[in-house]
Amino acid sequence: MLAYIIRRLLYAIPILIGVNLFTFALFFVVNTPDDMARMQLGVKRVTPEAIQKWKAERGYDKPLVWNAAAAGSAALTDTIFFSKSVRMFAGDFGRADDGRDIAREIGDRMGPSLAIALPTFVLGLFVAISFALLLVFFRATTLDFAGVVLCVAMMSISGLFYIIGGQWLVSKVWHLVPISGYSGGLDAAKFLILPVIIGVFGGIGSSARWYRTIFLEEIGRDYVRTARAKGLPERVVLFRHVLRNAMIPILTGVVVVIPTLFMGSLLTESFFGVPGLGSYTIDAINAQDFAVVRSMVFIGSVLYIVGLLLTDLSYTLADPRVRLQ
Amino acid sequence: MSGMAVQPVLLWSDALLFVLISVIVALALWARRQDALRAAWARVARDGVAMAAATVLAVFVLIGLLDSLHYRARLESQPGDNPATTARYAVEVNSALDALLTDLRSRTEKTYSAPLATHLFAREALENSTQREFPRLKYGGIHLGANLSGHEFDVALRLSRGLAGGVLVWLLLMLLARRMKVGAGGTAVRAVAITLLPILLLFGAAISLGAGYHVFGTDKVGQDVLYLSLKSIRTGLLIGTLTTLVMLPAAVALGILAGYVGGWVDDLIQYLYTTLSSIPGVLLIAAAVLMMQVVIDTHPDWFATSAERADARLLALCLILGMTSWTGVARLLRGETLKLRELEFVQAAQAFGVGSFAIMRRHILPNLMHIVLISLVMDFSGLVLAEAVLSYVGVGVDPTTISFGTMINTARMELAREPMVWWSLVAAFSFMFTLVLAANLFADAVRDAFDPRSSA
Repeated sequence: MLAYIIRRLLYAIPILIGVNLFTFALFFVVNTPDDMARMQLGVKRVTPEAIQKWKAERGYDKPLVWNAAAAGSAALTDTIFFSKSVRMFAGDFGRADDGRDIAREIGDRMGPSLAIALPTFVLGLFVAISFALLLVFFRATTLDFAGVVLCVAMMSISGLFYIIGGQWLVSKVWHLVPISGYSGGLDAAKFLILPVIIGVFGGIGSSARWYRTIFLEEIGRDYVRTARAKGLPERVVLFRHVLRNAMIPILTGVVVVIPTLFMGSLLTESFFGVPGLGSYTIDAINAQDFAVVRSMVFIGSVLYIVGLLLTDLSYTLADPRVRLQ
Repeated sequence: MSGMAVQPVLLWSDALLFVLISVIVALALWARRQDALRAAWARVARDGVAMAAATVLAVFVLIGLLDSLHYRARLESQPGDNPATTARYAVEVNSALDALLTDLRSRTEKTYSAPLATHLFAREALENSTQREFPRLKYGGIHLGANLSGHEFDVALRLSRGLAGGVLVWLLLMLLARRMKVGAGGTAVRAVAITLLPILLLFGAAISLGAGYHVFGTDKVGQDVLYLSLKSIRTGLLIGTLTTLVMLPAAVALGILAGYVGGWVDDLIQYLYTTLSSIPGVLLIAAAVLMMQVVIDTHPDWFATSAERADARLLALCLILGMTSWTGVARLLRGETLKLRELEFVQAAQAFGVGSFAIMRRHILPNLMHIVLISLVMDFSGLVLAEAVLSYVGVGVDPTTISFGTMINTARMELAREPMVWWSLVAAFSFMFTLVLAANLFADAVRDAFDPRSSA
């Protein structure tokens, strides 16, 4: 088991190097730092001095990968590639355009992101699986058909509509909770309820339909027929047999998401004014803060790879037959 | 070329769209001769829900295609010109849809006005008065003159006239269909007929009311919201289809190569798609779009008109979305190729000494087409929805491109107003919902008909 984990971690290294090289190529080779400076300072009236100053402030005034002027190992280390890309492996993401340390900012903003993403995830999973089980229990009836139609209709609605409509109805018409904002401690609950409910509601359609397909696939198998043949009530068949055996496909889709919860949700956070990583990313995109976007791309991949590893490990918990070696 | 009243303009996206349509027509002709494919499509045609969805989709596609025939109008010749030799054309690029909707497009008000309104939405100080009043619209309800008491009656009259027109056209179509004996082969004609009725009713009402009013109101700069909604359809369709089209060749080639050749080729291709798919989609798209913006902004000389620049950005967005979505299809195709490689007919071909390339093309590829088709229709609705979200995040289409995303994004700013400006949002969301729902229902039917597992 430990050997497996170590081997999987070693596999992750070339992938991370690949992501790193890819972002480096995307951010520094497709466009030169001069192009970025011109874009941010305004294309038309910009002096070479202003460009030089912009580059020096951000440490982009070095050669890309090989510094011929420097001596010894500094020829490799005193470059954009080393200082901006390689240093990310050490958790050093440099500074944002407003001068703040990106790594520290990310640490501060993880809390609010998780405060929304975690309840949404857990509650969403619970509601969607319960709904799917209900549909499967009444399979091939009008109720099942109506439920599937409802799911298809709900997944055809834009996520933006759920947020805008929810904010309008709950906060503007009913005045139940503040429309947006955030605070620490227990006080946060009144700000969190609405985004969590909207997040759960918006996700039901596609996920419940997907779980229903998985359950229906399981229900056609021989062991289910055997369980029914020995006289088990349908309720027990569903909960004790079908749900357990459907765990593997469900875990495949679900566990990989858990680490990326840290990243937060771009839309929810920016609509509800939550100071999490999602709104950080959106602000960076709008302000064209390349350093922040690059850091978020890298962290996102790291978390995704952790998720893949967790998925494999979760199989052994759900199904004792799975042995990892 | 002095006799031409218009100069046709072929944008890159138009060209690709027409390529896509000719590919679909060619595939359809080919599929007619394949028994299995014809049977699968016949199954789709017998499904009432699928045919109703297909009818709605066809209307959207028709509007999108009309909007893809671009031209530049000819300008009046100047006094000094020799009309026989020189022709001047407008800088503005219009489409056939614009020409049809000239009234809607040109009748712009000053700012917001509610659906079917006769006055602007906000009070303004009038010229010879100290009080702030709701000014009259320049075009909405102008035929009523000074007497506004007949407003409701006029709306009801126009509405009933439009609905009656819709019913009339529908009845004519039904008569025609009965004469020509459409639907002898078990096609769900009844579903198509039932779907056509509400569509024609809506069209009739919109045409009749639209002649005198702004049916969905006007937006911040006074543009007709119905016009904006109709123009958004093309953008949605393009993003939903071209994205899959541009990524498909690479995904198919790499998927089959990885599955059939194996060895280090497989390792390399798997590494490539694992790396790309490990970057969260939105962030990859955001990073790539930011970089593309830098390229476009630093090379203004590449594009002759602003329409061309917006078009280039739309295509680049399709490419970027394709870059993030090909990995899933490639993985599916690789898995299926691994299975096919071990089957008898492929082994027989190998034993006869058929080359690897020929086997992949003649024996593997045709057996993967159902996966390609299913992913094409399944991806469509997700992409239409993604466009709106990306435009909100600021990494979507060019701000000058009319799309559901840009409509929602501009309307969002006005949510805080009291009373609320709701019509742009409602119009954009309703159009998007109809399109996506129809696409989802149609995709389900296609998947059920073509997936060999589900037909059992």
